[in-house]
Amino acid sequence: MRETMIKLALTACAYLSILTTFGIVLVLLFETIGFFRKESIVEFLTSTRWSPTTGSFGILPLVYGTLTATIIAVIVALPLGLLAAIYLSEYASRGLRRWLKPALEILAGIPTVVYGYFALTFITPFLRSHLFPDIGSFNALSAGLIMGVMIIPTVASVSEDAIFAVPQSLREGAYALGATKRETATKIVVPAALSGIVAAVILGISRAIGETMIVTIAMGAQPIWGGSPLEGMQAMTAYIVQVVGGETPRGSVQYQSIFAVGSALFVMTLTLNLISYWFVRRFREVY
Amino acid sequence: MGDVQPSPGDPEENRDPVDSEKKTREGNPTMRPVPETQNQDSKSAREDLGGMGMSVSDLNAYYGSFKAVTDVSMEIQANKVTALIGPSGCGKSTYIRCLNRMHEVISGAYAQGRVTLGEQDIYAKDADPVIIRRRVGMVFQKPNPFSKSIYDNVAWGAKINGFRGNMDELVERSLRQAALWDEVKDRLKESGFGLSGGQQQRLCIARTLAVEPEVILMDEPASALDPVSTQKIEDTMDDLKKSYTVVIVTHNMQQAARISDYTGFFYIENQGDPGQLWEFDETEKMFSNPERKETEDYVTGRFG
Ligand SMILES: Nc1ncnc2c1ncn2[C@@H]1O[C@H](COP(=O)(O)OP(=O)(O)OP(=O)(O)O)[C@@H](O)[C@H]1O
Ligand SMILES: [Mg+2]
Repeated sequence: MRETMIKLALTACAYLSILTTFGIVLVLLFETIGFFRKESIVEFLTSTRWSPTTGSFGILPLVYGTLTATIIAVIVALPLGLLAAIYLSEYASRGLRRWLKPALEILAGIPTVVYGYFALTFITPFLRSHLFPDIGSFNALSAGLIMGVMIIPTVASVSEDAIFAVPQSLREGAYALGATKRETATKIVVPAALSGIVAAVILGISRAIGETMIVTIAMGAQPIWGGSPLEGMQAMTAYIVQVVGGETPRGSVQYQSIFAVGSALFVMTLTLNLISYWFVRRFREVY
Repeated sequence: MGDVQPSPGDPEENRDPVDSEKKTREGNPTMRPVPETQNQDSKSAREDLGGMGMSVSDLNAYYGSFKAVTDVSMEIQANKVTALIGPSGCGKSTYIRCLNRMHEVISGAYAQGRVTLGEQDIYAKDADPVIIRRRVGMVFQKPNPFSKSIYDNVAWGAKINGFRGNMDELVERSLRQAALWDEVKDRLKESGFGLSGGQQQRLCIARTLAVEPEVILMDEPASALDPVSTQKIEDTMDDLKKSYTVVIVTHNMQQAARISDYTGFFYIENQGDPGQLWEFDETEKMFSNPERKETEDYVTGRFG
């Protein structure tokens, strides 16, 4: 009797979370359709002009802002995260690993608003006085750099799991051929963990694309197509924040446009997750 | 390993063993003597290669504070097959891993004693385990191919050791020696994981052969294999000992009797004691007329 009650409660919780997700997607879809009743979907996907107040809804400038920051973030996070993962799994002593791994995961818990202010008040001035004198106060570079730092823990931690899971017997096989530790780590262990590493990077990219506070605070609110990373841009998420926080009347086209942008974001991260899922399945090694 | 190391067609370099030794592996000297005749191509050179004997005295092996093997002394003859037998848990794997410094790879594990490979004391302070393992190869109980193509599985070890000869030739020769060539010659670019367990194990043997060590250690290489694969591996053994010294752990008495020249019996007298080498002799003597009763009981299958 008690058993069945508990089971029932758990099942209800599981279905509730699925239903909630489903509901959110439905609302998103519904509002998006409403938006496309008024605006052309072709223009939305192909125009390079985003100016809601004048009725121009070409999403490419927002996508450009998001991708610029994301690419910079990946350039930072991929090498650092991977090296950190290799170090933790292959070189750090057991005791050190026991401390460092959770410390790394705590880093992932720093509120992104803190990162955002750090980019705005520290990174940008630093870049201006040392490297790029004419960098804008809002710019994609510092937002991207700090976003890279933000996703390092994700990339490192998930890759580390994959690298650590490579069976010891594979390392021994390499050692027995006269391989050094470095050769074993870089040429045997990392390739064997490749699917997990790719999944880690894609997870990091998803986080970067969906990241809101950093780009809102440090990258600015100018939807510009094809600008330099030293200039301000607007990311998709930052636009949504701008509208939600502003005085745009509900039900107006501008207001509905955030759902279309939200749908586009959703499609992007969903695609990435599917790629990662496919990759893990396709390249998972069976030991 | 001088035979493959110097570029063929540079006889000057090959004639001076010290010189070509120095060139091996990122400047680390190895002890592989360079045969005089090895300056033509790597193929003919390889056939001239012999194995190298090993000598073990008073070897003790530990896992942290636990002593797993005690006081083993053994002469491993060059170009012979030495079989190691004994009940489960008596330290055969531990012992064989001490012969190429693989034991210490396990954290907390260490060995004491003297083990020489030819003239080289492999536990000497200045001995580099990486070079020792290159000279004393190992095939494990469970096949552990790399996540690479069949071709690269075989070629990788040679490549990292600076092999500069004809790689296609080396891969083919190694796969032939491991009795795998005919089965994989049309799918060399496919992943090593796609092979059956028995084929994977022969791939691991081929990969070890491609590095051309002087001694090959095998820890129950046929334990998880079907009889046909086992037979194929056994068939390669006679061939292998022309060029290599082989040490093999096996639970299969018939196999030990069939393929080995010398046999060592490991045994634990009282539970909780470390394993020791109970008796070591020519295989014929060990299986027909051993000195000690426990050996006889074991080889005749009365316990174990
Ligand atoms: N990694 C390890 N850590 C601690 N103790 C170990 C480890 N590996 C083996 N031992 C212990 O060392 C002893 C010898 O083990 P070993 O694996 O060498 O035996 P074996 O003769 O190879 O047995 P089998 O025939 O079952 O393979 C055993 O008591 C075992 O429990
Ligand atoms: Mg064993």
